[in-house]
Order: sequence, then C-alpha cells, then structure tokens
Amino acid sequence: MTIQPKSLSSCAQAPVLKERGQHEVFCGLTAIIWLHRKMPDSFFLVIGSRTCAHLLQSAAGVMIFAEPRFGTAILEETDLAGMADAQQEIDREVERLLSRRTDIRRLFLVGSCPSEVIKLDLSKAAERLNAIHAPQTQVFNFSGSGIETTFTQGEDACLSTLADGLPQDNAHQLIIAGALPDVVQDQMLDLLSAIGLSDVKLLPQRTAQDNIGIGPNTHVTFVQPFLGDTHDTVLRRGAKPIYAPFPFGELGTTAWLKAVAGRFGIDPAVVDRVTEAPRARARKAVAAMREDLAGKRVFLMPDSQLEIPLARFLSRECGAELIEVGTPFLHRSLTEPDLSEIAPGPVIAEGQDVEKQLDRVRAARPDLTVCGLGLANPLEAEGLATKWAIELVFSPIHFYEQAGDLAGLFARPLRRRALLKVAAE
Amino acid sequence: MKLAVWTYEGPPHVGAMRVATAMKGLHFVLHAPQGDTYADLLFTMIERRNHRPPVSYTTFQARDLGSDTAVLFRDAAQAAYDRFQPQALMVGASCTAELIQDDPGGLAEALGLPVPVIPLELPSYQRKENFGADETLLQIVRALARPMARTAHVSCNLVGPTALGFRHRDDITEVTALLEEMGIAVNVVAPYDATPADIARFGAAHFNVLMYPETGESACRWLERNLDQPYTKTVPIGVGATRDFVDEVAQLAGVAPRLDTSRLRLPWYSASVDSTYLTGKRVFVFGDGTHVAAAARIARDEMGFQVVGLGCYNREMARPIRALARDFGVDPLITDDYLEVEARIADLAPEMILGTQMERHIGKRLGIPCAVISAPVHVQDFPARYSPQMGIEGANVIFDTWVHPLVMGLEEHLLHMFREDPEFNDDAGPSHHAHGARPPEAAAQANGSANVIWMDEAERELRKVPFFVRGKARRNTEAFAAERGQAEISVETLYEAKAHYAR
Ligand code: SF4
Repeated sequence: MTIQPKSLSSCAQAPVLKERGQHEVFCGLTAIIWLHRKMPDSFFLVIGSRTCAHLLQSAAGVMIFAEPRFGTAILEETDLAGMADAQQEIDREVERLLSRRTDIRRLFLVGSCPSEVIKLDLSKAAERLNAIHAPQTQVFNFSGSGIETTFTQGEDACLSTLADGLPQDNAHQLIIAGALPDVVQDQMLDLLSAIGLSDVKLLPQRTAQDNIGIGPNTHVTFVQPFLGDTHDTVLRRGAKPIYAPFPFGELGTTAWLKAVAGRFGIDPAVVDRVTEAPRARARKAVAAMREDLAGKRVFLMPDSQLEIPLARFLSRECGAELIEVGTPFLHRSLTEPDLSEIAPGPVIAEGQDVEKQLDRVRAARPDLTVCGLGLANPLEAEGLATKWAIELVFSPIHFYEQAGDLAGLFARPLRRRALLKVAAE
Repeated sequence: MKLAVWTYEGPPHVGAMRVATAMKGLHFVLHAPQGDTYADLLFTMIERRNHRPPVSYTTFQARDLGSDTAVLFRDAAQAAYDRFQPQALMVGASCTAELIQDDPGGLAEALGLPVPVIPLELPSYQRKENFGADETLLQIVRALARPMARTAHVSCNLVGPTALGFRHRDDITEVTALLEEMGIAVNVVAPYDATPADIARFGAAHFNVLMYPETGESACRWLERNLDQPYTKTVPIGVGATRDFVDEVAQLAGVAPRLDTSRLRLPWYSASVDSTYLTGKRVFVFGDGTHVAAAARIARDEMGFQVVGLGCYNREMARPIRALARDFGVDPLITDDYLEVEARIADLAPEMILGTQMERHIGKRLGIPCAVISAPVHVQDFPARYSPQMGIEGANVIFDTWVHPLVMGLEEHLLHMFREDPEFNDDAGPSHHAHGARPPEAAAQANGSANVIWMDEAERELRKVPFFVRGKARRNTEAFAAERGQAEISVETLYEAKAHYAR
C-alpha cells in the first residue's frame, strides 16, 4: 500500500500564500452594526473621528433609527492637544449620555485609530467610569480600530472583553460564543435541547442580567470563525474549547452538533435521530441550488473570515470548484476542521495585496467572486459575477434551515446573469 | 469631543475622493488605515460607479507605527504610479495619518515622478467633506491651469460637479444645453469627467459657471484672480433663478439673453386649479446652503408655499443663509446636529419638509412628507432616468418631486367628502404611496403640549379632520386654548380655534 504524503490530503496542509499590501476591508468598528442589535441594553460609544462616524453610518446603510444605540465621540483639535482633557471629555460625554439614556446597562467604549495613535487609554477610562456607574451600568472597552482589527474582528474584540470580565464559575456547562440572528439562535437552542443540552449559555449575553461565569469545567464552542482572541481568552480562563467545522449547511451543522454532543457524552446516534428531518430539508434545499453552483469556479477575496468555512460548504455541499480562498487571518485551531474538509487545489491566502489579488481574479476569470462592496460593481462591469460578502455577515446563514438560503446567496447572482437578456455596457 | 450619531458630511478626505473619483487620468494616494477603504463603497454602491475610485490606500497597521509608515507611503505612491500611470498624482492623509505626520507631499515629491504631484492639506479635526472637495479642486486648478489664449468663439467652464453629488450628472447636461442655446460653448467641465490635461486647458474659457459653490467656489475665485476669468453667482435652480442666470451669463459673455421655455411646465402646473391646495403649505427647508437658498425661493415664489423655517448644515454657508432667513422672516438653523434639526421640525410641525435623506427619515418618524433637495445622497438620489435640478427641465422635475409626497389636490377633496370610506380613510395615507406615512398628529403629540386636556368628544371630532391637517389642527387648538388660559378643549374650542386661524 502506498501511503499518500499528508500534504496532499486536504487544504489543512497546503502552503499559505501570505500577502502584505493594500487591504480592502472594513475595520472592526463595523461589527457595532450587528452587535448593538444583539445586545439591546447596550450602547457603543466610539472614541474616534468624523471618519469613524461616517463609516458607521455608511455601513449601517438605510437603517436609520431615531437614536441608535451607538455613536461617535468625535475628537476635535482641542482634544489632540492634551491627554488629561480627553479623559475628562469622555467622562462628560458619558455622563451626558447616561443621564439622557437611562436604559443603558452596558456601555462599551470603543477605541479607534485616532484614539490609539494619541494613546488615549480607554481601559483606564472604563475602570474609572465603572467605579461610578456600576452596577447600574457596566462599562467595558475594546478596540475596533483599523490599525488593530479587521471587520468581524470587532466582534471578536468585544466578546473577548466580555469573556475576560466573566466571574469564575466551576459548574459543568456549555458556552456558545458568537452573535447570531435571533431566529437562528432559537433554532440552535432547539437543536441542542433535542439532543439533551438545555442549559446553554450564550456569549454575548443578550442582557447584562444573563449572568454567566467561566471556569475549568466550562466548555466553549464557537459559531463564528473569527473569534480568535475570544478563543485565546476563554482558554486562559481555563475553559475547554470544542473544535468542529462551523455549522453551515447540512454537513457542517451535523459535524458541529456531533462535536458538542461528543464532549457531553451524547451518542452520535442521538444526533442522527433528532436531526433526520432538518437534515433532509437542508439537503433538499441545497440540491435545488446545486444545479447552479456545481462545477462553478469560485474565488473568495478576504473579507469577513467566514471564507474558509464557506469555501468548505461551497465545495463539499454545493459542488463548486475553488480557485482561491482568501482570509484576512488564518486562525489555525478554529479553522482546521473546515480546512481539512477542503480538497487540495485552491490557493489559501492570508492577508491581502488587493491589486495583485485582482490581477489573479482577472487572470482566472472565475464564475463567481465573493468580495467586498467596494469591488463588486467594478468587477461586474468587467463581466465577472460577484457576491458581496457583507450580506453573508448580515443574513441568517447558519444551521440546517438556512442551508438553502446560504446556497441561494451564491446561486442568485449566477441565475440573475442568466436571466438578463440586455447587456450592460 | 462632540457626540455624533448621524452626520451630514464625511471627513475632508472623502471630499477629496469625490473630486478624484469624478476625474479621469488622476490618481490619489491616501495615507490611511485599512478601515478607511469603506469610502470606496459610497461610489461603487450608492452612485453605482462601475470603476473603483482611483484611490490607493496605504492601509498601515499598528505594528507599522513603531517602524516606518513613511516608507510604506513612499512605496504605495511609487506602486500606484507604476500601475496606473496617471497624468497627475494627488497625495494626502486621512484623520489617522494626519496624527503621525509623515508629510505625504514631501515624500511623493522626493520620488521624482515625471508627472505633477499635488499635495493636499485636509485638516480632519476641523473641517469636513465639502471643504475637502472645494480645497482639492482648488489645488488641482492651481497646479495645472495656466493663462492661455481664449477660444475664438465665446466659451466657459462648468465648475463644481463631483462624484456623489446631488444630480450633478444631469445638471451638467441641462446647463450645457442652456448655454448652447445662447451660442456659448463649454470648454471644460470639472472635476466631473475631466482629465488633468483638460484642467490645463481651463484658461481658454472666457468665464466660469460656478454650478455648486460648496465644491467649486475657491477654484473660481482663484481663476478670477489669476486667469482673469469672471464667474457666475447665480445657481440656476428654479424658474426665477434660471432666468436670472441667463441674464447674468448674457452679460458676462456679451451675448443676448435667450431662454427657450417651450418645455417649461412648472408655472402653468402651479397656476392650474388643481394646485390650489398647495397654497400656503407650511414647509421647512434644510440641506446644503446652495440648494436651500434655491428651494426657499421656489417654495415661496413658484409653488406658493409658506416657508416656516430654513437652515443649512454647512457652516461655510452660514452667512448667506442667515441673510436669506431674515428675508423670509424666519429663524435660521445652522447646525450639523440632526437631533437639533429634528427638534426644530417637531416644534414647527410643518406640512412638508424639503430636506436631505436625514430629514426624510425625520419626516418618516414624525409623519411629515418630505421631498429630497440636497446631499447627503442615497442610492435613490441616482435615478436611472434624466432628472436634473437645474434649468427648465430641473424646474419641471422639482414640481413633480415636491408634489409627489403630498396628497393630490382632488384626493384632498375626496378625503373631506368620503371621510368614512375605507379607501380614503385617514390611515390609508396618500393613495399613490404603497405605505402611508404616519399621521402628523403623532408628531405634534410626541412634541407634547400636555398641559391642556382634550375632552372625549373634542378628541373624536379631531379624528374626523383629515390626517394631513390634523397635526396642525391639534397644534392650533392647543395654542388657542393655552393663550386663553383654558385647561380643557371642547368641540366648541376646536371650532373657535378653526375660525380664529382660518386663512
Ligand atoms: S479605520 Fe480607523 S479611522 Fe478609519 S473608520 Fe476605522 S477606526 Fe476610524
């Protein structure tokens, strides 16, 4: 018997193309757009510039509310002069905010590039403000800056801070880390309860009242692949991570559930039994989209860090052929289970040099390019079908019932192209 | 430090991008962190541009700060030149890079590129987007425009239209046609679709048409001083302003004023009996200074509205807008804090808002119809069809756009006549809109003059008043009662107030 060299069995062993050049991605502040909706008793106060405020507004698009639960304290010329002043200014703005918005239970001071470059110490500010406002309002801080974080890393930084602040708890328990849309979260909790896990803790907690702790008997599983820092923090707190493919599509969801079940001594047969119906539904829904996706050549630009699990879903469950899978960061422990399910072939790239990467896109002329909003229309104008990646972050795509929708997000641009009989110039 | 939730203007480097993106053959190297690349989507998504903005970002990270961000900038500038081969290179810093003081201008100069390098100073912590656009165009013109022989035939440049501008694309077409009718050729339009080589030809024109003072005034002033080119002061939005513009241009060009009004419909549409219901509609006007000044004049003189309040978000226009407010006998509101704008609107309870996308949202919340007259823009402000604001067609477009959110005249009658009819009932809203706005009454209520009590019967009577005037009826009655020291409102009070305020 010949033993295949390990390097050929999957992308887990593939060499990684590391690039360093112009990045075309959002900064971590963007995560505030979905985090503030997940935590209805919170407020996110960015200490930043007009640019940060403009980014939040542009990323939020048309969702304009009376007074959203986020805002930017814009640094002005006078703040840049003296540091003592800036700390006092923060106190004043927070005081004003909390007296006007008495419903705020969790206040996040979010660092930006300007606040970090002038070395404004927000952990000091959070500590000081906590002494004044806790327990009525807990004050946290994390960085969403573009010099430290990329897009979804904002959620990672936020969750890592929350995990760090959890009280010690030695109970045998399961924490699920990662923000999900409510409808998906409910489905997940139902699935877990069906296999016998009903007391499940969530990070982020929906409200400050959802008291959870962490300790050596805590097991943590992740529903988002971009939680590298959170992973490291829970490890430091003594918790035990559960690694699995991420719950996208039928196969991903089943593998994820089995990994969790395994940790809690639940027989995989139980998982098979209770998931039979939703698995069949997911299979059927994806099959309907598979016609459009099978054999299609896909290029994923680095954006949300969802790229590797999504590439697994596209190749393993939709039959797509991968050309390149880019990711801003490759967190090995979290993504290995998905990487090892991807057959060798595609380039796995970490980081970005956008011009060079676009050269590769143009050379390969993929059937579908998954990319950010700034690139989508320009590539379409070059005759290349695209799927804008931010929709994958904002839409419910996890677990069985969304498997068809997820495949549909990729299939729709292709279907649309086939439908249109007038060419765009 | 100032808390901002929604802002009317982006930072100054976004203004610079609006100029760069409008142009061809120019490249902009921006010293900025990766997150600032979000600005690309403003152009590719909101304006549906089919090209990436010609902008390279250095995307420096925290770990670069200790070492050498200047090297990063130099390399990015060289790489951008090599790849894009622009006719001119612009360099600048975003808010973060401004703090690290790498001197992009000096670094780019030192590269010795064979094309002009235009450094920009964009004070991020003091100024905003419009300033950035205006300043950028000024620097481009300064760097490239030189005195030269005038064209034999009378010609002008159009100055100010940028990428992401409110209807700039179509205004160019309209104004070009206006000028052509008078026998005046357009030499260069800038920055929209201009190349650096075109900017170099600026001096051949006899005068400049300043389309948008927000983005073109500094360039026009410089050209007046240095190239001896006078520029127009009238912005041709509205019938009256278009006529004034034609007169002004005729004088500058030394030709006879000529305006073909065969396609002009606003005056007749406004005079026709169906428009009677527009009489005295109380409107609040807010946006950039230029569009507000134009809209206020149209509202009063061409639509027969009553302007109950006006203001602008760009401080650069504070002075003319204050003067305008005096002329209209109202309090000017100069602010970029949308909460202040919302409070003022709630307070004035107008029947209609002429504003920006921000006021459209305020209007939605307060149940007041709104027509959009100014940037900041939204994907809706880039319609596929031709819809300028300037000139003859602009006036027609404005008539339609402003009337659209209001209940049509005939429909207003029907609402009175068939108050109980389900199809015309109060909650239905204007029938040509899929989703009716919330009754303005809610706005007045939210605003709360809670110290007078409505008796049940009066409350019921009030509900019979059609929704689009109910807010006003409630407000007037409460004011009437308060003035007379009445604590309760009866049906009697309601009708007394109605008689009192009858116009
Ligand atoms: S990249 Fe930095 S400066 Fe730009 S929006 Fe993000 S945090 Fe603000």
